[in-house]
Amino acid sequence: MRFNFQADKRFTITGLIIIVFIIIAGKLFYIQVIDRSYQLSASSNVLRYVTKYPARGLIFDRNGNLLVSNKVVYDLMMVKKQVVPFDTMAFASLLNITTDHVRDAFVQASRQKGYSPRKSVVLLKQLPAEACAMLQEKLYLFPGFELLPRTVRLYDREVASHVLGYIGEVDEEIISKNPYYQLGDYIGISGLEKSYEEYLRGKKGVSVYMVDVYNRIKGSYEDGKYDSAAVEGQNLICTLDADLQEYGEKLMQNKIGSIVAIEPRTGEVLAMVSSPTYNPGLLVGRERADNFRTLQNDSLKPIFNRSIMALYPPGSTFKVVNALIGLQEGCVYPQTTYSCHGGYTVGRGVGCHIHPSPLNLTQAIQMSCNTYFCHVFRNILDKPEFGSVEKGFTVWKNHVESFGYGNKLNIDLPNEQKGIVPTVAFYDKYFRKGGWNSLTILSLSIGQGELAATPLQMANLVTIIANRGFYLDPHVVRAVGDSMVRNSNVPEKHYTTIDTQWFDYIVEGMDMAVNGAPGSGSTARIAALPDIRICGKTGTSQNPHGADHSVFFAFAPKDDPKIAISVYVENAGFGATWAAPIASLMIEKYLRDSISRPYLEDYILQANLLDRRAKKK
Amino acid sequence: MQRKSNLVSNLDWGTIVLYVILVLMGWMNIYAAVYSEEHNSILDFSQRYGKQLIWITFAFFLGVVVLLSNGRIYSVFAYIIYGLVILLLLSTLVFGRVVNASKSWIPLGSFGIQPAEFAKFATALALARLMSPYEFKLNTFWSYVKVGLIIAIPAGIILLQNDTGTALVFGSFVLVLYREGLPWWVLGVLFLLVALFISTLVFSTPVIIVALYVTTVLIYMLQRGKFKFAISLTAGLTGLGFLLYLASQTFNIQVKTDYFYIIPVGMGIVIATLYAFFSRTKMIYGLVLFLCVTVGFSLSTEYVFENVLDVHHQKRINDLLGIESDPLGWGYNVNQSKIAIGSGGFWGKGYLSGTQTKFNFVPEQSTDFIFCTVGEEWGFVGSLVVLALFAWLLLRLIRIAERQRESFSRIYGYGVVSILFFHIAVNIGMAVGLLPVIGIPLPFFSYGGSSLWAFTILVFILLRLDADRYGTFKG
Repeated sequence: MRFNFQADKRFTITGLIIIVFIIIAGKLFYIQVIDRSYQLSASSNVLRYVTKYPARGLIFDRNGNLLVSNKVVYDLMMVKKQVVPFDTMAFASLLNITTDHVRDAFVQASRQKGYSPRKSVVLLKQLPAEACAMLQEKLYLFPGFELLPRTVRLYDREVASHVLGYIGEVDEEIISKNPYYQLGDYIGISGLEKSYEEYLRGKKGVSVYMVDVYNRIKGSYEDGKYDSAAVEGQNLICTLDADLQEYGEKLMQNKIGSIVAIEPRTGEVLAMVSSPTYNPGLLVGRERADNFRTLQNDSLKPIFNRSIMALYPPGSTFKVVNALIGLQEGCVYPQTTYSCHGGYTVGRGVGCHIHPSPLNLTQAIQMSCNTYFCHVFRNILDKPEFGSVEKGFTVWKNHVESFGYGNKLNIDLPNEQKGIVPTVAFYDKYFRKGGWNSLTILSLSIGQGELAATPLQMANLVTIIANRGFYLDPHVVRAVGDSMVRNSNVPEKHYTTIDTQWFDYIVEGMDMAVNGAPGSGSTARIAALPDIRICGKTGTSQNPHGADHSVFFAFAPKDDPKIAISVYVENAGFGATWAAPIASLMIEKYLRDSISRPYLEDYILQANLLDRRAKKK
Repeated sequence: MQRKSNLVSNLDWGTIVLYVILVLMGWMNIYAAVYSEEHNSILDFSQRYGKQLIWITFAFFLGVVVLLSNGRIYSVFAYIIYGLVILLLLSTLVFGRVVNASKSWIPLGSFGIQPAEFAKFATALALARLMSPYEFKLNTFWSYVKVGLIIAIPAGIILLQNDTGTALVFGSFVLVLYREGLPWWVLGVLFLLVALFISTLVFSTPVIIVALYVTTVLIYMLQRGKFKFAISLTAGLTGLGFLLYLASQTFNIQVKTDYFYIIPVGMGIVIATLYAFFSRTKMIYGLVLFLCVTVGFSLSTEYVFENVLDVHHQKRINDLLGIESDPLGWGYNVNQSKIAIGSGGFWGKGYLSGTQTKFNFVPEQSTDFIFCTVGEEWGFVGSLVVLALFAWLLLRLIRIAERQRESFSRIYGYGVVSILFFHIAVNIGMAVGLLPVIGIPLPFFSYGGSSLWAFTILVFILLRLDADRYGTFKG
C-alpha cells in the first residue's frame, strides 16, 4: 500500500496528533484511575501547610543584660464553615471581652482580603496568654475555632526604644518584594529590628498535613517527609550599656535633644538617647496601631531618632575643627595670639563675650573666643598659596569631610542622615560666582551657617579628638549569636587629614575649658569632676526654630579616654547651663557608676525645658 | 445577496458548533475555578467568570465580523497585518506592563491586551502569503531564510518579553513546513535531538556515548549486513577499554574514568574511517558523521542546560524528568495540578464540588491550569470528552485545510492546526505532568480576553477562507 505525496503528509500529521492525544489520555487514565495515591480517599487529598514560627532572636546589652525577649500570645483563628451556633456570652466572658467585640470581630474578619468561609482566618489577634488559658480548655465547645501561638516582643527594660526599633506586620509591598514573608508575618521596621532582620528572624519551618474537605487534619503528609523545623533567630549583643542608657534617658526627661556616647578605642556606641522617647512596649500587641498613631501625631516627634536623623548646627564645638585645619595648613600656630574686645569687627562682624585678651590658640578654645576663630578661618580661606577663596574653601571642606561630616558614618541603624557641608557650587549658586569671600561665609568659623551635623557625627568628632586623629565606624552591635566576643563587622579605622601632633593643643584647650582655674575664663567649669580629668567644649548653637540649642561634647579621662560624648538640648540656651552638666553626669555614671553630686543631678532632673521651644521670636 | 447565501451554505457549521461548545465549557470551568458561595451570580463582573462572559460576547462579535468580511483581504493584507503586529510587539517591549515577570501587556485603561497572542495568526497569514505563490519551493537556501525570518522575528521579540512559552509556540510552524515540503528527516533529526537532550540530562555521559556507538553500529549492520566486522570491532574496543581499566588498576595510575570509553570509541571512529576509505563504503562516512555530531551534541547539552537556560526552566525540566524533586518548592504547581486532576478519579467529583480548586491550591487555575478543574470535577470521563472534542476540532481543521484549492488557504489552515495543536498538547501535557511547566493558555478554555479573541480570529479567518473555496477562480 502506497500513499501518494499529498495524502502521506496529511496522514503523518493526523497520526502525530492522534498519538499525542492518546499519550495524554493514557497519562490521564494513569493518574485518575490507576494510581490511587492521588486520591487516597475522596476526602483527604488537600494539603495544608502549617507554618512553624521561630522565636525571634534576643537582644542583650554590652554587659549581658537582657533588653528584648519574646512572649507568647495567641491569634484566635476561625473557619467560618465549621462554626456552629454558639453561646456568644460564654465565649466572650472566657476571653474577658464584650459580646459586641466578638460580633465586631466577625464582621471585620469577613471583610479581610482573600476571605473564604472554608479557610482559616484570624478572628482576634494577639490575645495575651492568660486570657487564652481559659478558652483553650473549653475550645472543644466551639468547633471551628483554634488558637495559634505567636510570639511578640517583650521589653525587660524600657530603654533605648530608638536603637532597638520595633517590628510590625508585613504589608503587600514587602511580600511582593521578598517571597520569604507571608501575610501575618512580622518584620523589623526600624532600629536594630530592621537592620539585623535577617539574623533576628531565624527561619520559618513548615508542617504539611493532609486535611479533608472540611479542613480537618487527617494526618501528616508522607510521614513528615516534607516538614522542616523552624530555626530560631540569632541573638544580638549590642554595644549599649543599659544602665548608662537608662540614666541618660532619665536626665533628658522633659527636655528635647540627644545624647550619644561612644567608646573611642572601639567605636562602640555606649548610649544613644533621643528625647522625648517612648516606652517600647507601646508598639507591641493589639494596641500597637493606636499607640503608633498617638506617637506619630505628637508634636514633639517621639518616634524620630534625633541621634542619627536630626540635623543641628554644630555651634562653637566646631571651633576645634577649624583650629585643627588651621594648624595643619600652617595658617595659625599654637602660640599665635589675637586680641578680642567684644568681637570681630570686619564686615558684618561676629560678637564675642567678655574674656581676657589677647589669647593664644589653647586659651581661645578654653574660653571659646569667636574673634580668634574668625581670624583662623579667614587665614585658611585667604591663604595666598591657595590662590583663590574657592580653592581655599575646597581645602577646608576636604579637611572637614575627613572628620565624617557631610557623609553617613554607616552606623548599623537605618535612616542615618549624612548632614550638610556646603560646597563651592552651593555658594556660587546662593550668591553668584565670585560673589562671595571668606567674610560672607564667616559664620562657618564658629560652626554656624550652612553646616549641619547629627549628634552622632558630633560624638564621632569628639571620639577623633580623644583618639588624637582617628575614628572607627561607630556601631551598636558587637556580636551576633550567643558569644560576647566580637564576631561581626570589624569596624574600619579612618584617619583624618590632620597630623596627630596638632591634637594635643586642642585637648589642652578642652581640658582647660573644664578644669581651668576659677576666674580664668573657662566655659565649662560646671562639668569638672575632682577625680576624673574631663576634656570638653561647650556650644550654643543658633537655629531658626527658637532659642539656642545647648551643646556640649567631652571625653574622659584625658590620657586614657574611655568615653566620648555629645549632648544636645534643644532650645535650652547656653551649652554650659544644661548640656555640660548632663555630659558630666553621664561620664561619672559610666566611669564611677555612682553620682557624687546629687545637687547637680537634681538640678537636671527637675528642669523642664519643653516650654522654651516656641518662646523666642 | 448571492454572496451572503453562499456564505451561509458554504460555512463549516460543524466547526462553529465545536468552537461554541468548547468556549462554553471553558467558561463553566472558569466559573467553577473561581466559584465560592459568596460570589455566585454569573453576572458578577468583579469576578473572572463575569469578565470572561464579556470577553466571550466580544469574541462572538469578532467571529461574526470576520465571517462577514471579504475573504480576499487576508491574503492581500497579510504582510501589513504582520507588520502591524510586529510594531505592536516592539512597542510592548517599550511601553509594556510587567505581569508575572513577562513584559507582554499593553495597558488599555483598566485592562490590557497581549499582542503576542495576536502575533500567532498574523505569522500564520504572513507565512501562507510567502509560501503560496506557485514559484515558491521550499528547497533553496533563501526560501529557508525567508521562512525562518517570518517565524523567528515575532518569536524573538516575544522571547525578549520574557514570555518563553508563547515564543515556543512559533516552533510549531515546523508542521506547516513539513506539509509544504520540508523533508521528513528534518522532523526526524529534530525529534532525535530533543530525545538526546532529554536523555543526556537523565543518563550519565558514558552511557549516552556508548549507546550512541552501539546505535551507529546497529544501523550499519541493519543496512549492510556486515555482522562479522561490526561485532569483532565492538568486541575489540570493549576489550581495549577493559585492558585500560586493568592497567590503571595494576600500575595504580590515577586516570579519569572518562578515558576508558573515550579512547575506545575514538579509536573506533578512526578504524571505521580507515575501513571506509579502503573498502570504499561511503555509508560509513555518514555514520561516523552521525556519531560525531550526536556525541558532540550530547556533550554540549549539559553546558547549554547549565549556562543558557534560566534556573527556573532547569528546575522545571529536572522536576519533570524526576532528577530532582521538591513538591513544596518549584514542583508545587505540577504536583498540585496532578493531585487535583488525579483526585477527580473516573467520574469526577461533580460540577462545582472540586476541593483542590476551591482551596486555591492550584496556582493559575483559571488560566494556565484550567484543565485541573476539568480533571477534578469531570473526572477521566469528562477529560476524555474534552480531549476528544479538541481532537475532533483539529482533525476537522485538517480536513478543511486539505480541501482548499488555493495554497494560501491550505497553508494558513495548517498554521491554525499547528498553533492549536501545540497549545492543547503542551497545556494539557503540562497539567498532567508530561511536560515541564510552560505557561501558555488552553485554547477557548483559559481565562483571558486576548487569547480568546486571538484564537477566535485564528479559527474564523480559516472558516472565512473556507467559505470561498468554490469561488476561488471567480475573482
